[in-house]
This record gives sequence, structure tokens and C-alpha cells, in this order.
Amino acid sequence: MLAVEQLKKRFGTRKAVDGVSFTVAPGEVLGFLGPNGAGKSTTMRIIAGRLEPDGGRVRVGGNDTVANRRAAQALTGYLPEGAPAYPAMTPFSFVEFCLAARGWHGAALKAARDLALDRVHVGDHRHDRIATLSKGYKRRTALAAAIAHDPPVLILDEPTDGLDPNQKDEVRSLIRAMSADKAIVISTHILEEVPAVCSRAIIIDTGQILADATPEEIAAKTGSGRLDDAFRSLTTGRKTRGTEDAA
Amino acid sequence: MSGEGRFVPSGWPGLKAVIRRELGAYFTTPLAWVFLAAFAFAAPAFAFNVGRFFDTNRADLAPLFAYLPWLLMILMPALAMRAWAEERELGTIETLLSLPMPLWAAALGKFLAAWAVAGLALVLTFPMWIAVNWLGAPDNAAIAVAYVGALLLAGAHLAIGQALSAVTPNQVVAFVLGVLVAFLLTMAGLPFVTGALSSSVPAWLVEAVAHMSALDRYAAFENGVARLPDLVYFLSLIAGGVTAAGLIAGSTREGGR
Ligand SMILES: Nc1ncnc2c1ncn2[C@@H]1O[C@H](COP(=O)(O)OP(=O)(O)OP(=O)(O)O)[C@@H](O)[C@H]1O
Ligand SMILES: [Mg+2]
Repeated sequence: MLAVEQLKKRFGTRKAVDGVSFTVAPGEVLGFLGPNGAGKSTTMRIIAGRLEPDGGRVRVGGNDTVANRRAAQALTGYLPEGAPAYPAMTPFSFVEFCLAARGWHGAALKAARDLALDRVHVGDHRHDRIATLSKGYKRRTALAAAIAHDPPVLILDEPTDGLDPNQKDEVRSLIRAMSADKAIVISTHILEEVPAVCSRAIIIDTGQILADATPEEIAAKTGSGRLDDAFRSLTTGRKTRGTEDAA
Repeated sequence: MSGEGRFVPSGWPGLKAVIRRELGAYFTTPLAWVFLAAFAFAAPAFAFNVGRFFDTNRADLAPLFAYLPWLLMILMPALAMRAWAEERELGTIETLLSLPMPLWAAALGKFLAAWAVAGLALVLTFPMWIAVNWLGAPDNAAIAVAYVGALLLAGAHLAIGQALSAVTPNQVVAFVLGVLVAFLLTMAGLPFVTGALSSSVPAWLVEAVAHMSALDRYAAFENGVARLPDLVYFLSLIAGGVTAAGLIAGSTREGGR
């Protein structure tokens, strides 16, 4: 469903993404892990068709995100980093705007909007100005906009960041519930949620993939058998790059 | 087109959605209200005080239309500055550019919404139009033509201002650039500019600069004369500005935020 091939992106002289390849099938939830500045968000922006790669390509349902951008984007739901949303809108009108821009209208739009707002538990805040919402509710709003059109590919950049423990749990079960027929990529710094949500994990640093396996397999690489130890040993003390590619 | 199919909308739903969203953004924040109030207050104030509305023996709106270009020069960049700069500042451009929408739909939608607000501001000066009809018998057709000219001039400033707004995530920078360009566009044909130029540059260039002047083109409408070349001039500025805004906003796909 989602195929990323030899993706490269540089900003000035800095290589943000440096030859990243992976595929995600429906039913898979891929956890995208890596230290700050590793290139996670940049990769996700390219998949969402918001950024164009310098090299390589992304295909969503067979559609190239550059050559056939809108066909690819019609199949994708994207939660950008920081969950941006228009402060003057309400969750209700923001989700409606995203659906309308995607060509939805009438009863189908209303049903999709209400379902999405219910699934992220925005509750009574759906008619509040986004500017007045707490960080967690703002994130729920942007998440609702990302899932409202029921896309087969979901790209969620730190979906649980800033949520309270209960809401984290709810978003995790939402992701699990949606995963049956979708290809999902989530980035996160919360390693504990990876085994609970992800069927697979990729660890990326300085734009390169260091590991691509199930969370259990990656965790088993260290003596302790813990994912955070594996993360640390893979991503620290790497001055020379490209040789320890564990994928 | 070998890929998996799902309904890919044409640009129209996107255009409609953006217009609605932008109008909502203008009117759910104080922005449009403050703008309209400022316009409704400033336009007659200019005409009454500076233009000596009551001193002219003729019953017409000449004082209003004489001062509109100077008002539009400042107020249109203020209305245009947020268009793209705000999207970049808030990060919502990430959402906008990840929607399966052609860029022209986003750029045109933003322009049309802002132009509608500008049109509404001009409508707020209609009480003066009614007043001159009450005071005398003005040439209403000529006044209508002058209003069309003002709307076109406002559109040109807005389109250019929105293109400049796509250059930066900083709204203040966008405003200053917008006023600067609006100023140059307005002044280009004035005698002191062409006079200053004629001593240092070839005559054909002076001629070309004078031809770029929005004020000259607007003056024809102001006098109640609608000519095709002037119409084409303003519509080209609008089309150019909207296209540039779309292209500049789209170029952030190559890098930047
Ligand atoms: N628009 C940009 N201009 C310049 N450099 C950029 C830009 N966007 C990203 N970068 C750089 O690219 C690299 C990768 O950034 P990216 O945002 O993809 O990291 P990340 O893995 O998402 O990090 P985090 O965990 O902090 O979100 C960083 O070094 C960043 O500074
Ligand atoms: Mg990131």
C-alpha cells in the first residue's frame, strides 16, 4: 500500500533523509523511532506529498507522490508534527473543511465528520474555538481531520504527544482498531507504546535506517531485552555512519 | 495513472472550501470587522475633510475616488498580509498542502475571499453615493464605473499582497513589502517619478514605467471611462499575483516550512 524507495532529502548541506526505504502493508502499524532531528518528520512530510524528495520516491497505492500527487494524497491521512489547526475554527468546522476540500459533501460529509470527532473524543468541545482548546484537545482535533475521510494510509507524526494518560490509551486503541485495513505509520518518542501499538518498528538516525524489525526483535538485540536499551545502543556514539545498518 | 483509484476531487470543492474557510477566518476574528470599520470611517473622512466633499459644486463622488487609491495602498496590503504568512507561521500550510487540492484552488480561494471583503468595504461607502443623489443629480453610470475601477485596483493590490505574503512566514514583513509594492505601483506614473527618471534613463523606459502605473489606469475609470486595455491591465495584475502566490506557496514543497 505504501512504498518508500531510496528517499533522499537535504536542507542546504544537511542530509535530513539519506536513502530510506521501506514498505507498509494494510494491517501493519509501523513505529517510526529515532532521536530528535533523525529525519522522521521529514520522511513523513514527503509521504504526505507536502514535501518533494531530492531523490527516490514514494508510492501510495501505486501513485507517485510527486508525479501523481493528488491521487496519492486522496488515499492518505496525515497528522503533521505539532498538530497544527486554524485557531479561529472549531474542531467541527476544521474537520468539515478538510472533508469538503477532499470533495465530500452532504450527508456523507456530516456522518464522516461526526464519526471522526466521536472517535477522538472531542466531546462538548467540538464547537469551541481551537485557539481556546488545551494542547491535548488540539491534537485530537488534528487527528480527527487526519482520519475523517477513512484513508487506507495513515501518517501520524507523534499522535500521542501531549495527551493525558487516559487519552494516550484511547488513541492507542483507536490506532489498533483502525489498523485492520489500513497501512499506518506513527512516529513517537514514547518507546513503551511501541510494543503495544506497532507490529513493526524502524529506528532511524541522521536520515538512515538502523533497524527494521518487530519491536520484540529489536529489543532482543541487547542483553536486557528492552527496547529503550536497544534504541540507545543503536543511536548513541555513532560518528561514522552507514556501516552499522542493521536492517 | 497506474495507481489505485479513489475519488480525486477536481479543484472546485477545494476552491469552495478555501473560500468558505477564509471568509470564516475573516469574520470570526475581529480582522474583517476592524477593517470594515476603518474603511467605513476613513473613506468619508478623507472625502469630507481632505477632499472637501461639500465644497465641490458638482454633486458627485470625485473626492471619494480621488483619495481611494491612497487608502487602498495601505489597507489592501493589511488585508492580504495574513493569506500565506499565517499558514506558514501556524504550520497549517502542512495540512493545506497535504490535501488533494490543486494549488490554484488554494491561491484563488484565498484571493476571492479577500476580494469579497474588499468589495464589502466599498459597498460601505454607498451611503455617500445615496447622499449625492439626494443632493443633486450625479452621473450614476460614471460613478458605477469608478466603483468598478476601485474594485479592480483593490484586487490588484490584494493579489500582489498575497503573493508577497507567500514569501515569508512573518506577517509584518509581508505587510511592509505589500505597502512598498503598492506604493511603487501607484506612484509609477506620477510626474515627479517620470520626471526624475527622464533625466537618467532612456525615454522608452520612462514610457514603460508610466504604462505600469495603476493610478493612470484607475484615473480612466475614475472619469467614468471603462476601456478594455485598462480592464486587461488590472485583470492581468490579479491573475499574475494569484498565480505567483500559488507558485511561491507551492515552492515550499521543495524545502522550507
Ligand atoms: N525546513 C527545514 N529547513 C532546514 N532544515 C530542516 C528543515 N526541516 C528539517 N530540517 C532538518 O532536518 C533534520 C531532520 O528533521 P526532522 O524534523 O525530520 O527530524 P525528526 O526526526 O522529526 O525530529 P524530532 O524527533 O525532533 O521531531 C534536522 O536536522 C532538521 O534540523
Ligand atoms: Mg519530528
